[in-house]
Amino acid sequence: MRKWFIVFLLFTSTVLAGEAKPLGEDPALEARLKALSQELRCLVCQNTTLADSGAPLAEDLRQEIRQLMREGKSDKEVVDYLVARYGDFVLYRPPVNNETALLWFGPFALLLLGGFVLFRVLKKHAGDEEIKGEDA
Amino acid sequence: MAKFLIPLALFLIAVGFLFKGLYLDPHEVPSPLVGKPAPVFTAPVLGDASKNFNSADMKGQVWLLNVWASWCGACRDEHPVLMAMAKSGQINTYGLDYKDTDAEAQAVLDANGNPYKAIATDMNGKIGIDYGVYGVPETYVIDKAGVIRYKQIGPITDEILLTKIVPLLKELAR
Repeated sequence: MRKWFIVFLLFTSTVLAGEAKPLGEDPALEARLKALSQELRCLVCQNTTLADSGAPLAEDLRQEIRQLMREGKSDKEVVDYLVARYGDFVLYRPPVNNETALLWFGPFALLLLGGFVLFRVLKKHAGDEEIKGEDA
Repeated sequence: MAKFLIPLALFLIAVGFLFKGLYLDPHEVPSPLVGKPAPVFTAPVLGDASKNFNSADMKGQVWLLNVWASWCGACRDEHPVLMAMAKSGQINTYGLDYKDTDAEAQAVLDANGNPYKAIATDMNGKIGIDYGVYGVPETYVIDKAGVIRYKQIGPITDEILLTKIVPLLKELAR
């Protein structure tokens, strides 16, 4: 009897959980907001997108983006609006500029350097083999 | 000899980067607003909603805009430093009460003292968004022309006050 009572409680207690917040009236706008905010970083919890973050600031910013979109602003204008306030940090894809050049091209530079070193080492060893071959 | 020195040099460079990394705070995001005109805003004054604070009226003086809230724990840590700044009489500190209620903000000021010349209220956080606020406390140093010259993210400590803010204010006062 007691067991069944606990099961009953488990099922009914979910009713007490908070209701989901209603979406904005316009589903097309919500879809646009979702797509765009997945490309943007929440500044409060920095490894979360603006779409997924539950921080109050993220909620405010989503509201702000909704407002801008209703005013007919393009995605680029919305992104520029946020970058002007919070910097390139809000972008999950950092732009290529002087500051991020090392980030974008550093790995390729390292790859070239590694390739060069490998080439030198292999060439040297190939030389060793030849000398040994002559000795034999 | 070179065979031994090159890896050592590379290792030391890597150590240098990692060591520097230890002292970088990823929560400090450099503000693109430094060097740009401070966003102009008008907002009701805390404690006297009939009055408005207009940031455009601050033209011609160097001032600090300190963003705070009664719910913000780090603001309590910063509070004594702000009080000392107010006591010196040398620094114009204005507050922006961010996403707060008048009653709670007033209660904190009544209990701990009020270091501000005036406090503007930003109950829905719109002014905060214009200033790129993402965590309180934050402090902006604004020059006579209304340009943001420095942004402090997180509480002002005695060290930051003495090494960064005071020298900057001296330079801007000229």
